[in-house]
Amino acid sequence: MAADRHGRARIPLALLIPAIAGMAFLVLPLAGLLIRTPWATLPRRLAEPGVLAALGLSLQTATIATLLCMLFGVPLAWLLARTNFPGRRLVRALVTVPLVLPPVVGGVALLLVFGRRGLIGSWLDDTFGITLPFTTAGVVLAEAFVAMPFLVIAVEGALRGADSRYEEAAATLGATRWSTFTRVTLPLVAPGIGAGAVLCWARALGEFGATITFAGNFPGRTQTMPLAVYLALETDLQAAIVLSLVLLTVSVAILAALRDKWITP
Amino acid sequence: MTSSVSTLDARIEVELGSFRLGIDLAVAAGQVVALLGPNGAGKTTALRALAGLRPLSGGHIRLEGQTLDDPGARLFVPPEKRAVGVVFQDYLLFPHLSALDNVAFGPRRHGSTKTQARALASAWLGRMGLADLADRRPRHLSGGQAQRVALARALAVNPALLLLDEPLAALDARTRVDTRAELHQHLHGHPGATLIVTHDPLDAMMLAEHLVVIEDGTIVQQGDAASITAQPRTDYIARLVGLNLYQGTATGTSVTLPGGFNLTTTQPLVGQAFVAFSPSAVSLYQQKPDGSPRNTWQATITGIHRHGDNLRIQLGGPMVTAADVTPAAAAHLHLNPGQHIWAAVKATETRAYPA
Repeated sequence: MAADRHGRARIPLALLIPAIAGMAFLVLPLAGLLIRTPWATLPRRLAEPGVLAALGLSLQTATIATLLCMLFGVPLAWLLARTNFPGRRLVRALVTVPLVLPPVVGGVALLLVFGRRGLIGSWLDDTFGITLPFTTAGVVLAEAFVAMPFLVIAVEGALRGADSRYEEAAATLGATRWSTFTRVTLPLVAPGIGAGAVLCWARALGEFGATITFAGNFPGRTQTMPLAVYLALETDLQAAIVLSLVLLTVSVAILAALRDKWITP
Repeated sequence: MTSSVSTLDARIEVELGSFRLGIDLAVAAGQVVALLGPNGAGKTTALRALAGLRPLSGGHIRLEGQTLDDPGARLFVPPEKRAVGVVFQDYLLFPHLSALDNVAFGPRRHGSTKTQARALASAWLGRMGLADLADRRPRHLSGGQAQRVALARALAVNPALLLLDEPLAALDARTRVDTRAELHQHLHGHPGATLIVTHDPLDAMMLAEHLVVIEDGTIVQQGDAASITAQPRTDYIARLVGLNLYQGTATGTSVTLPGGFNLTTTQPLVGQAFVAFSPSAVSLYQQKPDGSPRNTWQATITGIHRHGDNLRIQLGGPMVTAADVTPAAAAHLHLNPGQHIWAAVKATETRAYPA
């Protein structure tokens, strides 16, 4: 086999060509977005109330959804990683279903449970007068449903990777399981939780299918950035490009922030 | 056991697949006992059972009169409720806490306020000579320093039983010597019972006053260092203390080994007996020697290794023997692996004792 001066074998063309094509396929659309961006009118378009409202709503709902996911997802991940109850593998599989489920189907499922006539929704409506569908709370719910598996899987992985003997050491020092969790386990897996939270937040920020199905598309109330992009595409291409650019910027910023800490293989 | 009242009184039975651990342990307050044995003997399993990190399959653990584990009575006290401190083999200092907060962790969990716990931790670090390292994270501590922080952390909760798992194994040879001396001092200042788990006979003999030797999950010998080194009862201990050890049937001063070879000793015995002698007591000759009462036999050299300033010659033949000779003697005899040679041991150089 041919080798270069460093003694390494040359990369086979059969691998190199598809690799470059694949890379181009991923990068070109983003380049196209940048090329077609109306840079001259960008500041004015960004300042439009509709854009700011959608961006604000997106950041807000994605953040609340992420906090909810952490509140419930970290204990769930702990249960999956540190205990051995019957049906644990099944639970783990079920938890990851939203990862592969088309988000629209998730939205329909949420409607069936949390809709006004849904299993829990009708009870919430009758008892507390709480309505979730087509509200901002509904947006949060839809985003949390789709994004939580990202957090659970990341945190479970971090817990499995963390040396559980530190927890044994804590127990021999008199720590109960709860104080072991808060004083030892959580600090040890904090980077994993951080990484999971960022992935979860990014997924929530980009959520479209479940949101539009369960929460609708009302400007100022349930219209998040992805929904605004979709709507703008029908009427004002330039606006859609600007909105997309904002989402792209936020996503790349997250990736850049994560790169050193957690994503490097 | 010398002590009549034992702080720790345990019959540890654990089944791990085909492996069975079954040992009796008793440690008095202020006493340091070493659990010595080869890897896989069940030492760490015993330690984990005492700490409550693994339930017993049978037997019992009683500490200061309180039953901690008794499967027969369906009784199990979890680790956080036991007055047991553990120094783990690789210390397991919490990486996100300073040395001070690592030591304060236990007192804090036992109900001290943050201020009290830190004052106590500070005092412990001072006693260990680590006062100026209190703010360091574990990864900025040397091996010897981390070992002392781990000891301070375990002692800071006033355990009735202190357990140490291979306390010096993670240290390099130089640090070991210093740390062993310090550890000895701290362990003997500990008012509670102390159990050290180790595979290193030197650590066991230097740190503990009573040794319990286990192999394959059972106790093979126990006693103080002097009695164990003088009269080893298994090949493992004989190897540890550097003796040739044989078991056979004694008739007077003659002990017949299973292969039929007779060893002449000076101690008259009857029945099953051990015979031990040092490798340096073995002399090697090109021709069959004669003279004073000796055991002589023809052997084959199976290996030659450096051993300190001498050469250790492994011999096969009627019995497997190690012999130590000086390099000069080895050169004079032209010793080579595979060579046939005569070996001799004076009866007065052997020690015989009942099995």
